[in-house]
Amino acid sequence: MLDWRLPRMRHGMIHVWRRNLLVWRKLLVPSLLLNFGEPFLYLLGLGLGLGRFVGELGGLPYLTFLASGLIASSSMNTATFEGLFSVYTRMVPQQTYEGMLATPLEVDDIVAGEMLWCATKGLFSSSAILLVSFLLGAISHWQALLCIPLSFLTGLCFAGPAIMVASFSRSYDFFNYYVTLVLTPMFIFCGVFYPVTTLPDFAQSLVQLLPLSHAIAVIRPLATGQEPTQVIAHLSVLLAFALVSFYWATVLVRRRLVQ
Amino acid sequence: MNNFIIKAENLKKSFNGEFVVKGVDLQVPFGGCFGLLGPNGAGKTTTLRMILGQSPLSEGNLEVLGMDVPTHASHIRRDIGVVPQLDNLDPDFTVMENLKVYAGFFNLRGGGLQERIGELLKFVELTEKANVRINQLSGGMKRRLSIARALVNNPRLLVLDEPTTGLDPQVRHMIWGRLRELKQSGTTLLLTTHFMEEAERLCDDIVIMDHGVILSKGHPKQLIKQHVEPEVVEIHGEMDALPGILTEHDIHRVEIVGETIYYFTNAPDEIIRRVENKPDVHYLHRPANLEDVFLRLTGRELREI
Repeated sequence: MLDWRLPRMRHGMIHVWRRNLLVWRKLLVPSLLLNFGEPFLYLLGLGLGLGRFVGELGGLPYLTFLASGLIASSSMNTATFEGLFSVYTRMVPQQTYEGMLATPLEVDDIVAGEMLWCATKGLFSSSAILLVSFLLGAISHWQALLCIPLSFLTGLCFAGPAIMVASFSRSYDFFNYYVTLVLTPMFIFCGVFYPVTTLPDFAQSLVQLLPLSHAIAVIRPLATGQEPTQVIAHLSVLLAFALVSFYWATVLVRRRLVQ
Repeated sequence: MNNFIIKAENLKKSFNGEFVVKGVDLQVPFGGCFGLLGPNGAGKTTTLRMILGQSPLSEGNLEVLGMDVPTHASHIRRDIGVVPQLDNLDPDFTVMENLKVYAGFFNLRGGGLQERIGELLKFVELTEKANVRINQLSGGMKRRLSIARALVNNPRLLVLDEPTTGLDPQVRHMIWGRLRELKQSGTTLLLTTHFMEEAERLCDDIVIMDHGVILSKGHPKQLIKQHVEPEVVEIHGEMDALPGILTEHDIHRVEIVGETIYYFTNAPDEIIRRVENKPDVHYLHRPANLEDVFLRLTGRELREI
């Protein structure tokens, strides 16, 4: 039996978010290494290495093209992995939620708090890339700072589906399906590494259904000093993914935790 | 006025059409220790989860602290502490941080909190471990920390789900002592256990449940009086030696389990005389206890759950 009521937004979600922030702070050094080390390698290895052969793409030096795509995709990846692995860890082996549910906190607080936290981590990693790109000279426009709130929205949009998957998973191995069938295709095909316009027509329309394409469509121009087009449409898609998946995640986690 | 901290009427719970709690009535008075006893699969933990609002009722009425569950569950949990069956402490935090973060879930912070945490650490004798990580604690320390954590909001009702399972006697006795202190200070304890000695030592009232129904309720001593004869003689020995002991028309109640004969009786002397001088036979004469009641009511077959 599913509880279909709309999620209730209560102050409790801040407690859940804060608990995760405190844990993150304790593990700050390895977290930052991941946040900064990975994009640094990507940008150096692919951006400069491959960039030498590619030259310019869409009127941008390849390093800049890649950096602006990675700002979007890293929020996706970070929020997704937090929503899959960390949420599952807190839900099943660690029983953190069981402990929380013995306090005034409720399932709805947990899901909302985790959504916020996944998006926050997405924001951290996107900001790290932004900073690295700036230091490498790939990105230099002030309006690139607008990518930071957008990376938060992007994070929300991928946190929901990840928490949904975690909520009906029986083990960590199950996540391979989602990562291989959903996440990696988006990473490869949604325009991080090359413009989607190079894809065949049918593939282009398919890719338009995926949220990462819309995140990149706004983030890339903002990061590179261009003017984004159809902003409202792109943002609406991201917001819709975030809201619908938040609702579903709440319904599914309720089923898992409150029986 | 309502004199009960928990009042449940006809509590039922089904999973996929199968009832695991089948009409439980509970009246837990304020103060004292109330025990919920039963073998694995009896429905104890499900009943607790319903009381905490973590599991919606399939049927029945439930009031905790005078408020309806699950309607006011979140609010009611402000005044409840829970010691879970499996420790769910936060492994990324130290002992102190665990208590602080958990207090935050109750919106507790600021000046009084530090002092409260200090008292709690002293209460469970973990003051020296304040800055130690959870994975460096022994099982007994973790359980003590779980108890401290459950007390961080100064609860009126403390719920303990098998609190001493898997602990060594030293820790067990220490925990029993602390629970008695809490009881004296006016906290109501609700305890599940399948450890009869624990129930007998701590509980003022118990219910024994199995297969989702309550089989009996009352004070431990009263239950013993009601369900079994006051004394027990257990006889162990080689199978061949035992037949000589049993007589055809035994006036005592006899139970044979494997190679052991249990006599439940008012007159143990007569039985002891039969076995005293037999070299292959060992016997144990003891007063009847809650475990005898428990086994009488719930049977001896194994529960594999």
